[in-house]
Amino acid sequence: MEFRVDRRSGVATYLQLVTQVKQALRLGVLEPGDRLPTAREVVAATAINPNTVLKAYRELEREGLVEPRPGAGTFVRRSLSRPEAAADSPLRTDLAAWMARAREAGLDREDITALITAAVEDSFNNSGPLPGPSREDTA
Amino acid sequence: MSDPTHAPALRATRLGRLYAGRPALHACDAELPAGHITALVGPNGAGKSTLLQLGAGLLRPSSGEIRVFGHAPGTAEARRRTAFLAQEKPLHARFTVADTLRMGRMLNPGHWDQAAAERLVRAGDIPLAARVGALSGGSRTRVALALVLGKRADLLLLDEPLADLDPLARHEVMSLLMAEAAEHGTTIVMSSHVLAELDEVCDRVLLLAGGVPRLAGDIQELCDGHIWLTGRADPMEEDGLPRAFDRGAVVHCAVSGRQVTALVRTAPGAPLPAGTDERWIAETPSLETLLLAHLRGAATPATAPTTAPTTEEAAA
Repeated sequence: MEFRVDRRSGVATYLQLVTQVKQALRLGVLEPGDRLPTAREVVAATAINPNTVLKAYRELEREGLVEPRPGAGTFVRRSLSRPEAAADSPLRTDLAAWMARAREAGLDREDITALITAAVEDSFNNSGPLPGPSREDTA
Repeated sequence: MSDPTHAPALRATRLGRLYAGRPALHACDAELPAGHITALVGPNGAGKSTLLQLGAGLLRPSSGEIRVFGHAPGTAEARRRTAFLAQEKPLHARFTVADTLRMGRMLNPGHWDQAAAERLVRAGDIPLAARVGALSGGSRTRVALALVLGKRADLLLLDEPLADLDPLARHEVMSLLMAEAAEHGTTIVMSSHVLAELDEVCDRVLLLAGGVPRLAGDIQELCDGHIWLTGRADPMEEDGLPRAFDRGAVVHCAVSGRQVTALVRTAPGAPLPAGTDERWIAETPSLETLLLAHLRGAATPATAPTTAPTTEEAAA
């Protein structure tokens, strides 16, 4: 995988790396057993401080997502991909249909994003944790 | 830090140096741990180049002491482990690039990495047969950096290394330096006027002003240890801050119309300072905001120098 660093985002660089690895795990771009790029590879491409990369990898290790193997590199331990969120899943199909209705109703990208963000906030803040398997990626 | 086998890459103790009869550095205490990349920043005449030249052994202290990996600069051990890039990139104009690299090899017998030096030169499309005097400023910087990297030193002291490079070359040279640091655990100290270009590259900062360190430590810890406040100025107070506000924690504050902004020392996770409420905007400062506020605060003598909490993370 390849990291992108947005120097103007205001998000700490190591957190950007953590988020990108998690996203790759969710999308199935990274799978258990895959080796993460070495610190040298990452900094050679992004010109960021190598300690930042190590800090991001330590955070991912702390969350149980990756493990260092001495002399070999850092490897993915488990996936975050959910079959329920795959491109052809019913949940995704429902959302696509909802999106089409929202656009027909005249909402633009910002309206839709605000609505979805508000719905996510409501769901997670007001009703507490949902029953069922615990979320894997609480920070 | 008490372990003598792990001496810091650079340590200055009450270090002073006179320049034209005036102190360029004055009773400077600083410690740069090995394996980190430190931004050396400060206004013109702050003592940045003087500190780097003292570390490289090109100047002798007027008072106090400086050590690299526990050794006095200029001794064989210190010289072998240190590479210095001077701001003016002094090279022999009549040498070819190949001659210059050969000089590097002859001057550093036994620890010269020709491949690393050539890689940097080739990436800049610089012909090895070209004379150094005929090169552009950016190409000369590259050749000078090639000498530094070829030396395989443990401590790189770089004075304004990026000044002559275009944005693409900056990114490329920085990538090379960072890869070097990742692979060999090289300690790098680099000075620059352009604060923004150091932000992602350096993990520590040493801010000099008037020959004295004003701020030193881990960049993230320093940013987390300050808060950037914006609010409505209190018209009854001269500085615009609320009456109950702890003035001792203020690094710098400025009133502009009805608005007051202040950079304030705090502890991570601490509540908002007394006198402010939810109408105030409180942000973690960027490195640039932090440094500018400390530089402006340094102009007003009331502010004492700050030092970061010395929580050295165990090196991984």
